[in-house]
This record gives sequence, C-alpha cells and structure tokens, in this order.
Amino acid sequence: MKIKEIFDTMEYGPAPESANAANAFLDKHKRKFQLYIDGKWQTPTSKKYFDSISPSTEEKLALLADADAKDVDKAVSAAKKALPAWAALSGHQRARYLYAIARQIQKHARLFSVLESMDNGKPIRETRDIDIPLVARHFYHHAGWAQLRETELKNYKEIGVVGQIIPWNFPLLMLAWKIAPAIAMGNTVVLKPAEFTSLTALLFAEICDQIGLPKGVVNIITGDGKAGAALVKHKDVNKIAFTGSTEVGKIIRRATAGSGKKLSLELGGKSPFIVFEDADLDSVVEGVVDAIWFNQGQVCCAGSRLLVEESVAEKLYAKIRARMEKLRIGNSLDKGIDMGAIVAPVQLKVIDSLVQQGVKEGCTLWQPSWACPKDGYFYPPSLFTNVAPSSTVAQVEIFGPVLVAMSFRSHKEVIKLANNTRYGLAASVWTENINLALDIAPKIKAGTIWVNCTNVFDAASGFGGYRESGFGREGGREGLFEYLEPLSKGELANQSFYKIKEKKKEEVAATVPSLGIDRTAKMYIGGKQKRPDGGYSMTIKNPSGQYIGEVSKGNRKDIRNAVEAAHGNKKWAGLTGHSKAQILYYLAENLEIRKTEFVNRLVQMTGRVKKEAQAEVEASIDRLFTYAAYADKYDGRVHHTTHKNVTLAMPEALGVMAIVCPDDFPLLGFISTVIPAITMGNNVVVVPSEKYPFSATDLYQVLETSDMPGGTINIVTGNKDELADVLSKHDDVDGIWYFGSKEGSKMVELNAVENMKRTWTNYGKFTDWNNPETSVGEDLLRRASEIKNIWIPYGV
Amino acid sequence: MATKKAKSTTTSEKNKHAHKRNEIIPFDAALFEAININKSAVERRAATITKRRSIKKEWQAAWLLKAISCIDLTTLAGDDTKSNVARLCAKAQAPVRQDLLEALGMANQNLMTGAVCVYHNMIPDAVEALGESQIPIAAVSTGFPAGKIPLKEKLTQIELAVAAGATEIDIVISRNLVLQSKWKELYEEVKACREACGEAHMKTILATGEIPTYTKVAKASWVSMMAGSDFIKTSTGKESVNATIGVSLVMIRCIREYEELTGLKVGFKPAGGIRKAKDALNWLILMKEELGHDWLQPDLFRFGASSLLADIERQLEHFVTGRYSASYRHPVA
Repeated sequence: MKIKEIFDTMEYGPAPESANAANAFLDKHKRKFQLYIDGKWQTPTSKKYFDSISPSTEEKLALLADADAKDVDKAVSAAKKALPAWAALSGHQRARYLYAIARQIQKHARLFSVLESMDNGKPIRETRDIDIPLVARHFYHHAGWAQLRETELKNYKEIGVVGQIIPWNFPLLMLAWKIAPAIAMGNTVVLKPAEFTSLTALLFAEICDQIGLPKGVVNIITGDGKAGAALVKHKDVNKIAFTGSTEVGKIIRRATAGSGKKLSLELGGKSPFIVFEDADLDSVVEGVVDAIWFNQGQVCCAGSRLLVEESVAEKLYAKIRARMEKLRIGNSLDKGIDMGAIVAPVQLKVIDSLVQQGVKEGCTLWQPSWACPKDGYFYPPSLFTNVAPSSTVAQVEIFGPVLVAMSFRSHKEVIKLANNTRYGLAASVWTENINLALDIAPKIKAGTIWVNCTNVFDAASGFGGYRESGFGREGGREGLFEYLEPLSKGELANQSFYKIKEKKKEEVAATVPSLGIDRTAKMYIGGKQKRPDGGYSMTIKNPSGQYIGEVSKGNRKDIRNAVEAAHGNKKWAGLTGHSKAQILYYLAENLEIRKTEFVNRLVQMTGRVKKEAQAEVEASIDRLFTYAAYADKYDGRVHHTTHKNVTLAMPEALGVMAIVCPDDFPLLGFISTVIPAITMGNNVVVVPSEKYPFSATDLYQVLETSDMPGGTINIVTGNKDELADVLSKHDDVDGIWYFGSKEGSKMVELNAVENMKRTWTNYGKFTDWNNPETSVGEDLLRRASEIKNIWIPYGV
Repeated sequence: MATKKAKSTTTSEKNKHAHKRNEIIPFDAALFEAININKSAVERRAATITKRRSIKKEWQAAWLLKAISCIDLTTLAGDDTKSNVARLCAKAQAPVRQDLLEALGMANQNLMTGAVCVYHNMIPDAVEALGESQIPIAAVSTGFPAGKIPLKEKLTQIELAVAAGATEIDIVISRNLVLQSKWKELYEEVKACREACGEAHMKTILATGEIPTYTKVAKASWVSMMAGSDFIKTSTGKESVNATIGVSLVMIRCIREYEELTGLKVGFKPAGGIRKAKDALNWLILMKEELGHDWLQPDLFRFGASSLLADIERQLEHFVTGRYSASYRHPVA
C-alpha cells in the first residue's frame, strides 16, 4: 500500500511475528513427535499418530504420537522408578532443577510464545506478555518452595506418582501449574497435554533433557481421552490433577471414587463480573475486554456474566459496544490483534450453537460490524443483552467470546444473581468503594475475587473453585498441599484403635443401668430436639448384647430438615474468631461439669474400663480447647503477587458440611471431627456413631447450655450408610467427611460427584483419634475450608 | 490582523476533518462531580494498549509522517533569539529531507509540522520567519509555566500575544484551584482566557504532574472543556512529571464523553518528554483506539515536542535505506 494512502486513512497494517524459529523446531523433529517417557523419545505402542493443526491458518503443524494404555503404563512405571531417588534429593537439589527450568523458559521465551500461538490460535501478544512470563514465574516460585519444603512443610511428604491432564486453553501455563508444584514437592509426573495443543509440552520435554532432569521425573504422553482414562485408572498413580471441563472432571471423579487417589480438579465456570454504579466505567470496559475477550473467551475463569447496577447499565453497554467495534481479530502471529482463532472447529460449533440458542430464546445479540477472516476458526466478540437468569446463555459455560449482560437493583440482589450458578471459580467486582468491595467479596461463592481488575494471575496466589468448578487450589502455599500428604497418614490402620475387651458376665452386669426414668433420645435439628420423621427407633445394645436404650431412627426427611436448619443458621459463620472461641470454651466447661455422666455413658455403651472412658472425655475437653484456641488464629495470608496489589488469601468455610462420625471413639471421634469443621465457620449435619450414639445425644443439653447457635451442629441418629447416602447425594451439602466402611467411602465419593462436594473418607481404615499427632490440627482445619484469594489493586 | 485572519482560514482548510470549534458552555458541576478514576485500572490499560498494536514497515513510515504533521515544534528557552526561532520556523516548513520525502512518495504533500510554539516575546520573529506560510504560531502565555500572576495580567498577555500574531495560545491553569477543588473559579478563569483569545485557538495546560490524582485531572479536564478550551494539554514540559500514557488516557476519555454529551470535539496535546518515534506511534495508537480517526489530525491532536522530530527523521531514513541513520544526516532546527 502506498504511504500517501496510509497517511490519509491511518489504518493498521499487518505486523507478523516470524515463525521461523518455531518451524525450525518442528522441522528438527521432522514434524513428527514421539512420547517423552523415561527421558527418551519413545514411539507409541500403537504406531499411530494424529495431526496437530494451527487454528488460525488451518495448516498441519506436526504429527503427534497417540498414546494408549500400554504407553501410559510405561510412563507410570518410569515415574515410579524415578520416584525414590527424586524424593530423596534435598530441597535445595530439587530447587536447582526448577530454577534451571525457569531460566531455560526465559531464555527460549519467544520460541515458546510463537509455538504456543501457532498451536493454540491465541494472539502472540498474549503468549509473549502473559502466558510464557507466567510459566517462568511459576517455576521460579516453586523452585523456592522446593528449597523451603524441609523447613516450611516438615510435617508433610510427597504423594508419589502424579497423573496430570491439562486443557488446551493455556497449554504451557497449565503444564507449569501442574508440574512445578508436583516436582518441587518431590513427586514424579506423567502429564498428558490436550490433543489440540501438545507442542509446547514437547518443547518443554526438550528443556527437561537439556537441564539434565533425572529420567522419569517428568514424562509427557500425547494422546486423546483414552490415554487420559488409562492414566486416571492406573493403579500406581497416587494422585490425579485435572484441569478441564466439568463434564470430564466428573468422569474422573467417578473413576477414582473409592480408590484412595488424591484428586484436584479445576473445572468450568460462569464467573460474574459485577459493576456497581460508582465504578470507573471506562476502566470497567477494559476489564470486560480482559474478562471475556482474553484468549477468545476460552478461559475457565472468564467473566462471562456481566451484572451491572441498573442506573449505569445502558451507559455501560453502549461503551462496551463501542469498544467491541474497535477490537481486531486475525492471525494469531499478528502483533496487532486483540483476538485470535478458536482452538478447533468443534469448539467453534459449540459456541455458535449456544449463541443461536440465545437468539432463539429472545436474548438480544450484538456483534461488531466487521467480519472475521475467512481462513481459520474465528468467532466475533459477542454481547447478549435482554438476558434472564433462566436463559441458556446465562447458565451454560460457553467457553467462547460471548458476554451475557444483566442488570441488578440492589446489593442483595447482585449477590443472589452472582451465586445463581453451579459454578464458583472466580468473580470480578468493580466499585470505588472499598467497604462495598470487601463486603461483597466474601459473599460470592468463588475461589478468586478480583476487585477492580480481572484475570490477573500470579504463582504466589492459589487458584481454584467451589461447587462444580472443582476443588483444590493451584499456586501459592495453599496449592502445595495438593501435592503433599501428612507424614502421619501412614498410621491409618486396618484395625480400630478402640480396644474393647471381652468381659465376664458379672462385669457386664455392673455396667447396665438401673431402671430410672425412661429417656428418649431424639434428634437435634436447628437447636431443637426433634422426633424422627418416620417415627421409628433403633435399639442400642452394648458389645455383650445387652439392651441400653433407643435412639431415633433418622430418615431422608430428617436429613433434609437438618440440612435446611444448617443453611438457616446465618449466625455462626458471622461470629468473630473470638466469639466462636468463647462458645467452644463454654462447651468444654459444660462438658467438664457433666464429666461423670459422660464417663459412665461410655462405660455403659462400650464396656470399656472407667479409666479409658475418663481419658476419652478428658481428651475431648482438651480438643475443644485446641480448636477454641485455633478459632482466632488459623487465619490467612497476604500473598506477594503483582506490583501494587494486596492479595488476601482467606480461609473460608465450605458452607454446610456433613460429618459421618467414626463408630469407634463415640465421644472423641465426634468432637475431633465436628469441632474443627465448625471452627472454620461451617454448619454441620452429623451422623454420630451408629453403634454408640448416646454420647452424641447426651450432648444436646450441653450444646443448649453453651450458647451454640441453633443449626450450627445438627445431629441425626440412625443407620450410618443410609444417612450417608442421602447426605452425599444432597446438592445443598458442600462437603462430606465419612468415617466408615470401604464400600461406604466409595459410595460417598460417587454420590458426591453431581455437585462436586469436597469429600474426606477413610476407605474403611481407622484413625487413632486419641493420638493428637494424627487427629488434631491444621490439616483438619484445611479440609474444612478453602482458600479464597481476593485481589485488591491500589494506587493514587 | 489581516494576516492573522488569513492564517486561521488556511489552518482550517489544511485540516480535512474540520469540525465545529468548541464553545463555552454553562458551568455544570453535575457533569463531573461523580467522576472517580481507578488509577490502577487506568495504568493497566496504559501498560497494555500500545502492546496490542504494532505499526510496521510502510505503515510505520506513514504514521511517523502523520506524527510530524501533528508536532508543535517548540522552543521555550531563556536563551531563545531571533536566529534560533528563524531556524525553527524553517524546519517546521521543511521537516524532512526532500530526497526522503521523494522516496516515500510524499514529495508534493506540503508536509509541515502542526505549528511552531514559542514564548510571547518571540512571536514577531516567528511571524517574520514564517512569512506567508500556513503554519500557525502558538505562544505560551498566562504566566507560563507556573501561572502565578494575576488573572488580569494573564488576560493582557493573551491579548498582546494574539495582537502580535499568535493564532494559538497555550495557557496554564492555576493549579491551586485544582488542589483546592475550586472548580467554579477555575471555570471562570479559563473562560476569561478563552474570551480573551477571540479567534485564536486556546490550548489549556493542566500541568498534570502537579495534580495529585487522576480524578482531579479528569475534573480539571471537564472544567477546561466547559470553559471553551479548543485543546486540553497535559504539561508545560517544565514539571518533573510530563505527559504519560496513563494521564493522557484519563484526559482523552473525558474528551470522548464531552463530545458524546455536547457534540463538540476538543483536541488533545501531550507535551514534555516525548522524544522517540516509538513514543509518537504509541500516542497515535492511543488516539486512534480511544477517540478515533478525527483525533489523528493536527486540528485535534498535537505533540508538544522539541527533539521528537529528529528521531522520526532517522527512523524514516532507516525505512527508506534499511540502514540505521545518524542525526547529523538531517538538518537541524
């Protein structure tokens, strides 16, 4: 074009980034890649390969090996073989490897950026300025954690062989999020990249080679879902970490249920982007661009639901439309574009059909006047207004550049709208009022809250969701625990620690109570003693088969009522740590007063000797003190993240938790599980020991006299696994702890899949609840909470 | 006076996107009271906006030529004399070597800088040096750079500068009024200046380096526009912090909203510290992205700069020859 013409039109021209170095890398491998197993490139057993396509040009980039179960087995064996030596290295030695990886990524940053952009279709600007710098940052950060593990996390050890499955939207970044913490903590890894975008993972394998990472520590296998499935099911894999769709996440959860494999899932989202009327609207517009047109909207935490205060809604929509008109879309390697291509035709089709659905349902679609390029898989930025929460496009994750906008009237309403979703990954809150921002942030069920910013990431901050967005955190200190287990976990036993001796007849006779006034153990729901819905009771006998009394036989309606009572209690979670502590101390005080009664009850139910029963009651009181002490001390952190940003990492209650108590330790087992859960602010529905329920039912009066708000602890007695079945299937229960049989554990984990509740089960094993090393402390508090990161930028 | 009038006409003829001149509109605090700028979000946009666009090859050459047409070629030094002002005027009329213009296909385009900008005393020298040229003469006025003189004197300065032949007056505002949020007083001051300017176009310098918050920069921008400024300008070049992308973003977003409200287009002039061709491209990108094509023309966009042109000339030669250029190869001002 002539300079004179450009001088008049002042149009933009093409600004292509060179693909030469990336092509040279592909050519060096003859555009055909093998599997990276045990530090070697190995041909796939099937001898099959598949194409890797560039989404913005539709050209074939390379052939990738199609791994099957046999290849997975080889890779897992290599990881298993490498594990002992890798785990035995000092933290410093592992830190050196991670540091070297970070440096290598920086040194080859542009090659990685270009290759990623070609392979995924995302703009080179994003890979160059965001993805790849974050990758290097992640390895640096975790080099530090490798160095510090022995001092900062000395009560923990590695898990073992970790299987990792990552998505195509941030290929290398997701690899970094998975591999860096895993190997820093001493685990070895088999990673499967997404079949659409494996190339940078293969370049990463070269770097592992380059720095002399011990063979088998990192294995990269390319392939489709069948390789992933084989990895998930492999018996020698101790943990699965997955990022991807909720649908696949649920399949993995089902496949691993009952296996004892540790699991972290980072799944979909429909994250709210909330704008209050006092927000800086021009800045909000740029926030929206970062929220939904970053990476073509193919971002799990994309701010895809715009919620705007009614007073500024139309004004903001107009500004957004004007901004959309100026977005540029094109070849991913053009340095002057805002948006690149959608990853594959199949995804393009999904986006298009959901948009059509939105139009059909009467939502108003707006797209810019310009047209997308013809070659490649492009979709224009799209805005839906006139959307109701019931619209499909407001409910379903579109995973494309489609924003749905709704207005709200009040603060109360916006919280309701924001939380009106099965997901809970992230949210963005825009207001110039810090009081408002910090009031809203904890009320939104999401793992990350960005105040006046969005889609900001840093290795020092944990990322992850609630509800069907999955569980676990990646990044920061909180993310490390996904790759660690407590040193004491090995003490889980096949036999109960609760020793009950066979007794002689005369000894037994002494423990049977004399006939006093007949007592009725009801259930405890919403702070009141309630008769069972079904009107049945269960007879409880001591181990020698003698009658002790009856407890109510709870059924599914009692569980329903208990869960509703738990949700109805807004008081407990809102108390300060100090107030919670006071109530827990008061509980201990009242238990102490009635110590003799509780000791006798234990003797009566279990036939244990008095001394042991006394020890159990005393340990229970001690434990109440412990958690009362923690109540105002187990707190969050302020993470060192980006420049001029306070990132608050706050432990938050899961919500309503179900606790199915162990059968042994009727009192101490109850206290040891229920109290940490409520200490974190959860309200709980408890199924006490089925065999020895009276220690729990005797607690009603203690709870009533201790100022415990009604609905904090709800107790339903009855058949353990029947009640656990209802609780684990209840979609308004956010977490469940189950201590029972192996089969029961599997059932709970399977039932939990639908709403992705957090589970903790014992797989039929036993904990020594009397041993403080294994049964008290921060590990339980962590299980009863999730870390929420709130990002607050500042500056005048 | 006749000369001045002729010049104004040619100035607007020269600009293809001639637009209705801004007017004095009634003071209405409600239009800006609720403004609350989030600085960190603005800085994030400022840090990324120029990375979202890349101007290469002939596009870069064309854009740099456009930048030249928007430069207020400036000398504001205590030791300015007739001779260096004359040199400046000569450079303004022939900013790029003829052989380069020919190679770029721009030889017959009458490429000139947007204006020359001088102190009040130097206006007659500039008038003489420019002769019949179409280049406007801008003069800094109103007690530039600090503005710490009585309003009456400011107005007298403006009238004298206009009488001496300046067709553009760069005024400075009283920063104390901004710091004390005396918006009505600020409005009255700027309005008086605009009235004193008459036909001459007025560029209002906010001296943003001395304004503590972006929110106040935005409010001062609104007040200045309501009071009839033809341009709002970031800096005198004498503050410790000059034009930044961030502060420019705040000001041009006000310009955009003012136009939406009134239909009137106000120009923008970043000044101070803009020395590199790359900076010039960044500002042009900013204007195109946030305001649009109309603000890529000298009637609505100017750079206040003294050394920018020299770097652009070198980049243009590099485009033509493929060799990195040296500054001595280009005639100085």
